[in-house]
Amino acid sequence: MADASYPDNLKYHPEHDWALIDGDVATFGVTWYAQDALGEVVFFDPPEVGTTVTAGEPYTEVESVKAVSEVVAPLSGEIVEVNAALGDAPEAINDDPYGEGWMVKVRLSDSSEVGALIDAAAYEAMLA
Amino acid sequence: MLEAIGARSVEELFAAIPPAIRLERELELPGGMPEQDVYAHLRELAERNTSAEDEISFLGAGMYDHYVPALIDMLLGRSEFLTPYTPYQPEISQGGLQAMFEYQTAISELTGLPVANASVYDGPSAVAAACYLAHLANGRSRVVVSRAVHPQSRETLRTLSHGYGTQVVEVPLRNGRTDPDTWEEAIDGDVAAVVFQQPNFLGAVEDAAALAAAAKRSGAVVVGSYDPIPMGILASPGECGVDVAVGEGQTLGNRLDFGGPSFGFFAATEAHLRRMPGRIAGETRDVDGRRGFVLTLQTREQHIRREKATSNICTAQALNALAGVVYLGWLGRAGLVELGELLLQRTAYLRDSLAALDGVSLLHEQPVVRELAVELDVDGTAGVRRVIGRCQDAGINPGYPLGADYEEHPTGLLVAITEQRTRKHIDRLAAVLAEAISAEQAGCGTREEAHA
Amino acid sequence: MSREPSSETSAAVVASREGATPMQRDAAVTIFEKGAPGRRAFDCPAPGVPERDPLELLPASLRRGEPARLPEVSEPELVRHYVRLSRRNFDLDSGFYPLGSCTMKHNPRLHERVAALPGHARLHPLQDPGRAQGALELMWGLERALGEIAGLPYVSLQPAAGSQGELAGVLLTRAYHEAQGSRRTKVLTPDSAHGTNPATVTMAGYEVVKVATNADGGVDIDDLRAKVDEQVACLMLTNPNTLGIFDPAIEQIAALVHEVGATLYYDGANLNAIMGKTRPGDMGFDIVHFNLHKSFTQPHGGGGPGAGPIAVSERIEPFLPAPVITRSETADGPRFDLDHDRPRSIGRLRGFQGNYGVFVRSYAYIRSLGAEGLREASEIAVLNANYLLARLRELCGDDLPLAFGERCMHEFVLSATPLKRETGVRTLDIAKRLLDHGFHPPTVYFPLLVDEALLIEPTETETRETLDEFAQALAAIVGEAREDPQVAQSAPYTTPVRRLDEAAAAKRPVIRQAL
Repeated sequence: MADASYPDNLKYHPEHDWALIDGDVATFGVTWYAQDALGEVVFFDPPEVGTTVTAGEPYTEVESVKAVSEVVAPLSGEIVEVNAALGDAPEAINDDPYGEGWMVKVRLSDSSEVGALIDAAAYEAMLA
Repeated sequence: MLEAIGARSVEELFAAIPPAIRLERELELPGGMPEQDVYAHLRELAERNTSAEDEISFLGAGMYDHYVPALIDMLLGRSEFLTPYTPYQPEISQGGLQAMFEYQTAISELTGLPVANASVYDGPSAVAAACYLAHLANGRSRVVVSRAVHPQSRETLRTLSHGYGTQVVEVPLRNGRTDPDTWEEAIDGDVAAVVFQQPNFLGAVEDAAALAAAAKRSGAVVVGSYDPIPMGILASPGECGVDVAVGEGQTLGNRLDFGGPSFGFFAATEAHLRRMPGRIAGETRDVDGRRGFVLTLQTREQHIRREKATSNICTAQALNALAGVVYLGWLGRAGLVELGELLLQRTAYLRDSLAALDGVSLLHEQPVVRELAVELDVDGTAGVRRVIGRCQDAGINPGYPLGADYEEHPTGLLVAITEQRTRKHIDRLAAVLAEAISAEQAGCGTREEAHA
Repeated sequence: MSREPSSETSAAVVASREGATPMQRDAAVTIFEKGAPGRRAFDCPAPGVPERDPLELLPASLRRGEPARLPEVSEPELVRHYVRLSRRNFDLDSGFYPLGSCTMKHNPRLHERVAALPGHARLHPLQDPGRAQGALELMWGLERALGEIAGLPYVSLQPAAGSQGELAGVLLTRAYHEAQGSRRTKVLTPDSAHGTNPATVTMAGYEVVKVATNADGGVDIDDLRAKVDEQVACLMLTNPNTLGIFDPAIEQIAALVHEVGATLYYDGANLNAIMGKTRPGDMGFDIVHFNLHKSFTQPHGGGGPGAGPIAVSERIEPFLPAPVITRSETADGPRFDLDHDRPRSIGRLRGFQGNYGVFVRSYAYIRSLGAEGLREASEIAVLNANYLLARLRELCGDDLPLAFGERCMHEFVLSATPLKRETGVRTLDIAKRLLDHGFHPPTVYFPLLVDEALLIEPTETETRETLDEFAQALAAIVGEAREDPQVAQSAPYTTPVRRLDEAAAAKRPVIRQAL
């Protein structure tokens, strides 16, 4: 997997999740730090489209060989798309956490929550 | 050694134990004994038991006196199988892991279901574990169980389901089988699982496909508890639409051992793979590309998922399951079927022999494959017990009295056979039983006693 | 067993360069890939009764469509196959097995002999109690002995293993509170607990609340005080705990738990440290489970069978699993029975009376050792652990420091964090390299609160020589890691297979042979 990186165009949740906001829809995933801490991901439990997620609450799990980790939603809303490709190739979460490793797309219910997220610099400062 | 530690005495190593709770005396236990004396003592205790070696036994009701081939004693006695722990280091545990993989394959073949784990404790706890899986799968709160499921399985299910808050509903019997109408009525959208047993506790072969079909519509998980030996000839759980097939594995190469250790088998449809309890072995490769085996899908388990685990099981029954897979290899593809057909013929002969006796009637006329229920024309369960006692005095154990578990059949007797019970034994049973019943019917004094 | 570090290093590197050992060249083939159509071991007896039409006895609609595709092999093939498999296992009879929290002590062969006597092995579980007096007396005797060892007189042998004993314990707790008319929701477990504890709590319908560990490795009393309230049903503890440390504040802990009316549960996994020295009942515990496959010599069998009897105090006794064994005096001497009539019982947790075959072995063990022998077993277990700890501190204490405290009970936890920081060699690599030295590694990555943990439990049945050899092997591995971390990171070299790809196995599970 590539070296640590935290793209500037994303917003971050302190539980090691990112959100890419595009109008009222956001894409969620886990950060480079999270996938590194987890080790090789072997299973992604896809949530169902239509499920409501709440900021700060877990919406799915990812598993490595000897760990299970809940994935926390950075923002609230309704899942409109799930990255089905992760079912067969969960390693994308390690190989490309901000690209092929995206997890869900969510129609946001409260755009004001975005203000609570932190930017890349603040997230990196938190990790240091 | 104390010098290396820097302690003056062994006692000093126990200094953390507060004085108030130290045991200042020896434990009150009998004194230690040399090996030969312990052997003599344990032998003396063994001699005060009447085992299947000492009488001609028709006792079954969940455990059966099948022949255990000598090679199983030899293999299970090998240090390499007997003394390792759970295979946490796969590189030095390939023997045990491959045996688990082979065992899972054998159980999957037997049940006609794609996934099997490496064993659970026993049959009754496997039934309860299957219902817990159903509860995790659909979050529902009621389990419908046939009254012809082993009484101990039902009791185990009630004990464990009380913990996680599931209600158990029993469906009564009609003509020795699960009553199909009540069964269907009992199943609705709140039902997590339905449970039947094949053959059922009264020896009858259930119409498993029909029971499963009735439950499918509601989305309940269909659990079947199977005796693995007759599965050689009976429609497999997979063929009948069963979602989770479990059962007592004792009949597969394990001794009676007064009830344990044996093992429970556990197989399911692919959909339940990640909710399975217990260990599962999987195939993989080593760094040089060699085929090898590891414990897999461990994130289901207690040591990783902790309070969210699919079960708390840790140590299970690996050695007993090994006996199971060796036994199935010994029987082989044709042998399992031949053994089933043999039991079918001898059970038919047993049924005819018993039905011909005065004072004996069949409890039901459903197909039977290794065990059957009769009713004795005596006074209540106490009368049945006295008949059993008389038979045992004559060297025959005629079976298990049903009255304690089924108040609707106070004079029921459950009679089982294995390939170790021959025609000669069955003829002897018929003669002894007839005599015991007529003595019981004649013995008015003892009948009075029973009323008192 | 262990060789000089320098030659060891080069030998291992050479071994990997030169190619595979004979066992490594012998590729795994399953029993399903052996044999030939029609081949067999089993000779089925003839029915010997007037034969009936099989389809009349069992109609086609109830019959199996296709036979199960079981192996088709001869008896010699079957024997050779499983003997070959057995050689690909490491086992306690072959070498040192210091697997922490598992108490891998010697399994006397006498126990196998007595358990195989037909009077025990072929006794049907539903035999009339009057004709199973030897078995019931044995179970009664084992119950009394376990009750005395625990300091809690009421015993049920029924649970099938430690985890079932735990579940019984928490269900007993639930029954006890329900009988008091009290509904409680939480069970406390320390953050150092075995994974079975929290898993059990959930299965019993309670919420898990973790209690922190203090700097000395004991329960953090302030944290316990903050969390223990009237909603708490039980505190589950191991003492000594999974760090191998006896919590000296146990009386205070017991008092805090009892003040709110909760029960105190003892996980008996670490009982081997205290037999005859102190008793859970005297510490204030209400419920104890034993692992007969740990302290009481039942062989582990590669993952069972075991047995997990429980001992309880008087207030818990009415709720014990049914049936219970009773003893009464008759004119002919004592008579033993099974009492099923237990209206307040939680019920049964499994079939029949429990794993009797295991009881025979553990009973034989207790009768062999007696009171003095059991006490000595614990004393030597603790002595051995402290000796090994002292040797390891001397040889590699900077790289693998003790995680907590100064001394230990029957086991101790080292942390490989310093070594990892300086060489990149992790606990996992040390464990794999130990395999090349002919040792079973300690428990690794447990307890969870220690980074890069190695949990080492030597037991009382090992000699000083073995402990010295193990300490030297570990020191050699540390030395080698400083010279060339790659050697450990690529280990093992000499095992039947080398490091296995567990991620691949989990991603695309292959859990049965394709046919």
